Amino acid sequence: MLLFAQLLNGLQYGVLLFLLAAGLTLVFGIMSFVNLAHGSLYMMGAYIAASVANATGSFLLGLLAALLGCLAIGVLLERVAVARLYDKNHLNHVLATFGMIMFFNELASMLWGKQPLFVSVPPMLDGVINLFGLPYPLYRFAVIVVGLAVAVGCYWMIHRTRLGMLIRAGANNAAMVGALGINIRFLNALLFAVGAALAGLAGAVAGPILSVQAGMGEPVLIATFVVIVIGGIGSVKGAFYSALIVGVVDTMGRAFLPMLLREMVSRQLADAAGPALASLLIYLLMAAVLALRPQGLFVARR
Amino acid sequence: MKTTSSLFRPSLGIPLLLLLALLAVPPVAAALGAQFYVGFLARVLIYALAASALNLVLGYAGLIGFGHALFIGLGAYCVSLSSLAGLESAWPQLLLVLVSCGCIGALTGAISLRTRGIGFIMITLAFSQMGYFVFVSLKQYGGDDGMSIIATSRLGAGIDLGSVLPLFYAAWGVLAVTLLWMHRLRHAPFGMALRGSRQNLARISALGFPARRLQLIAYVLSAILCGLAGFLLANLNAYASPGLMSWQVSGELIVMVVLGGMGSVFGPLLGALAFICLEEVMKSYTEHWMLIFGPMIILIALTGRDGLMGALHWLDVRCCQRGASGRIDATAIVANGAKQ
Repeated sequence: MLLFAQLLNGLQYGVLLFLLAAGLTLVFGIMSFVNLAHGSLYMMGAYIAASVANATGSFLLGLLAALLGCLAIGVLLERVAVARLYDKNHLNHVLATFGMIMFFNELASMLWGKQPLFVSVPPMLDGVINLFGLPYPLYRFAVIVVGLAVAVGCYWMIHRTRLGMLIRAGANNAAMVGALGINIRFLNALLFAVGAALAGLAGAVAGPILSVQAGMGEPVLIATFVVIVIGGIGSVKGAFYSALIVGVVDTMGRAFLPMLLREMVSRQLADAAGPALASLLIYLLMAAVLALRPQGLFVARR
Repeated sequence: MKTTSSLFRPSLGIPLLLLLALLAVPPVAAALGAQFYVGFLARVLIYALAASALNLVLGYAGLIGFGHALFIGLGAYCVSLSSLAGLESAWPQLLLVLVSCGCIGALTGAISLRTRGIGFIMITLAFSQMGYFVFVSLKQYGGDDGMSIIATSRLGAGIDLGSVLPLFYAAWGVLAVTLLWMHRLRHAPFGMALRGSRQNLARISALGFPARRLQLIAYVLSAILCGLAGFLLANLNAYASPGLMSWQVSGELIVMVVLGGMGSVFGPLLGALAFICLEEVMKSYTEHWMLIFGPMIILIALTGRDGLMGALHWLDVRCCQRGASGRIDATAIVANGAKQ
């Protein structure tokens, strides 16, 4: 019963992570650009969706605004700073995007205040769904459906379209694709913008589940990094599987590990170590993967 | 002739003068009644120490470690936890810092060094987050809020690191020794091999150096030095919190190193001084100082090359060109600068 519900919660967290990881891993795969500011785009998406939804009363409008807003921010960021950074080394990427995080966090707390915003679940999705006789919140179920739909869309785009062919080729050898007359910089700008929009979407759908506040992007960004490292850098397929793994492991760990520990060791020790161990679980998973397969579980074939 | 001209070149003379001038800060501040500045500059010295530690990994070995805050936090918790246990002497606490930072540095370093480039950045970041979450969830030690330190470290002979004056001089001394060591390291075989591994790992390995092992040693040494900075910082603030391990601190350390000049001896000192002073000045004008500081960091990444030390090297060339015998020196210094 509880197990099934937590499994679905993990799945829901996993698809959210996938929305973030897909864009991040692609931009890294082609231009080897390290983007720490991806979490800021997620935060901006959440804020835009929350404020538009609260102002107009329509959640769908908020979702759309977040998508378009983050697309615009992504295009702007790419033009102003990111495009100038491709030729520089990783350290400069880290520095520049670290600066962006500071900027966006401060901007968000200036525009929307330090208090977290709350978004209500849209009335259409407010309720429970009956899954094989088990009640589950309809909204969370919808998030899983949206995430899986985006994953299918990504698969279709990457494996069935001309654009996807270019993306795959670019991930293999960007210079060669450029030499064949493809505007690789435009391609990458496009990917950066799409990644930004996906991050915005993730933020928007996460709004009603989490509280929307400045700095909300960083914990999820770090979880996304774990996803990418486990999945293999540059691989969207790897990002999908490992996002689901990380989502489920993290959620299950937090739900059941303290209980499980209580069975084995003294209650006092379990209460102290349980939550700590649960929050470490995904990092331990990552360290184990790295120790055994440094290139990641589902590495893109090069 | 050659030694005097090399000692008085701006890139060496100015930072050295600065370091010596810092020594005179406490008496001057006492005379002017501006005690605030002693504590403030002690913080600068401590961050300069941490940035120097990062410089060993980032500047010398070329590894982008994004998790050095972990070791600052560990060093700080060594003080707070042992003072909670009734241990007040600084020496066993320092031993604790050495052992804990050394072991955890070796463990995380060995795993992290299995990856390159972006993987290394993400993994060091993830490890520091691990530490952060562990201490956040340890509710009996303050959890999120951190814990204040009941009794600060005693060095013996009645010296208490909790008062700002001994702490200032202790931090200065540790920093000076570290900088001297970093200077020697530039020409020592270990440092040379390390700096070579930054440029071309395969070539250094082909020359017979165990490059990965040297990098691991550098990582562990850097972790211990960072732990020492955390130890001092905890005594300065009489407080240890998981916030010291947050990824922002790691990012700030990177900014300090790059701002000052990567791979140079004095760069981290200049960078830490510039960073913390800028922060204080901007904070006094606006609460939203990060709105200005963020874009400034982006600008540094877009334009900056060798940071403040790069500017001083440029001064070197300008000064030497004036002298008749300076020609050869100038080219030597340019070559020296290029080597960094």
